[in-house]
Amino acid sequence: MKKLSAKMYNMLLLLLVFACGVALEKTGTIAFLTDPYNYPELMRLLFQHFYLVAISMAIATTTGLVIGISLTRSGLRKYSGIVMYIVGLGQTIPSLAVLALAMSFLGIGTKPAIFALTIYSILPIARNTLAGIRAVPVSTIDAAKGMGMTSVGILFNVELPMAMKVILTGFRVALVINIGTAALAYLIGAGGMGDWIFSGIDMMMTDKLLAGAIPVTLMALLADFLVELLSALLVSRGLRLSEE
Amino acid sequence: MGVWHFVEKNLQQVLFLTWEHIFMVALSLIIATAIGVPLGILITKKVNLAKRVINSANIIMTVPSIALFGLMMPILALVGQGLGKVPAIVALVLYSQLPIIRNTYVAIKNVPPSLRDAGKGMGMNKWELLKEVEIPIAVPVIIAGLRTAAVMNIGIAAIAAYIGAGGLGVYIQQGIDRVYPEMIISGAVLVSLFAILVDGLMAGVEHLLTPKGIQLQKRSAQ
Repeated sequence: MKKLSAKMYNMLLLLLVFACGVALEKTGTIAFLTDPYNYPELMRLLFQHFYLVAISMAIATTTGLVIGISLTRSGLRKYSGIVMYIVGLGQTIPSLAVLALAMSFLGIGTKPAIFALTIYSILPIARNTLAGIRAVPVSTIDAAKGMGMTSVGILFNVELPMAMKVILTGFRVALVINIGTAALAYLIGAGGMGDWIFSGIDMMMTDKLLAGAIPVTLMALLADFLVELLSALLVSRGLRLSEE
Repeated sequence: MGVWHFVEKNLQQVLFLTWEHIFMVALSLIIATAIGVPLGILITKKVNLAKRVINSANIIMTVPSIALFGLMMPILALVGQGLGKVPAIVALVLYSQLPIIRNTYVAIKNVPPSLRDAGKGMGMNKWELLKEVEIPIAVPVIIAGLRTAAVMNIGIAAIAAYIGAGGLGVYIQQGIDRVYPEMIISGAVLVSLFAILVDGLMAGVEHLLTPKGIQLQKRSAQ
């Protein structure tokens, strides 16, 4: 019984992939993507998209980690509640609104887009860093203190490794949202794969629309998968074992 | 102050667009709950299905919203609904599935076995156990899932303005096209306020629907 349902599920997946292929051929997306005339444009847009995501994620990760870690230090701990409240409030603001506000204050182009993407990506990273470090058991930290570790040593050898899984989850959420929001950055003149999506919608060109939407989707799924791999590498084996 | 002036002058339209936004989010949330909660309950009984369902919902969640609109347009165009409110609502329903299913599943899985045993000992059958014990205990977590979904949907519904679904995103879209800062800012601020307001309201509902016993337990834990 179990085997049959698993087989049916695999069959269904296969059929779905096949149907997608037929649909792509029918709508001319494959012809559009393999057209040598479109090739430089595709590479340029992909690079722009990648550039937006990479720069904003690099800044956001550093800032988010610094904010999250410094809020767990004894001097700043009392502010962590209010800061997290503001971060939570910031996360409810829609991504399009953040981009639109960045544009109306900073103008159009790549810089306001990177600014908006960075601000939006800091939130999940900072929140998860704080939550991850806070969840480290007090007894573990006491044990580290008893072994004579300094507070810096405790941070790098105990707190961060134990919080790594939660931090990486925050990083993954931020990255996936960032890739999706970068597709909207076209609207404020920063380019990226959104160019083909929005032009495709405006011109009712299904092939162009799909040629933009599919790479963005694949990019997000791939990023999600890669971070999962990364967490298999970075999270210590003992922690992974204790979870199972 | 230009923003305030803009909203005051176009109050009629602002109200209409807000209504459209509320309509899209509310309708999609109702449909999503009707699908997601039973599905979440169902997969607590069938463990090997649970992983697949949650993984599928996870994949849908990973697809960027504007790309999902793009992917659905040619499909829904076959039935003549490629643009407008229908694809927007379908996308919103799809996105809401992950938080709703996951929270329902986790909440029901986390009902303490001792309580379940107590219910069984009182002679409850499976349905009664679900209705009298599992669901009341799970409700706060399920509502928390709905809250996540609602806030996310408000943001995605704003993007749906680009596929002609209306809503407050129209001000952002047209404001960008016309380089009309007052329009952009009022659109962005209204959408953000709407999201923050709904977040707060749902937090209130979450608190109200928490059974008194669990509230007491939480308070004494603090």
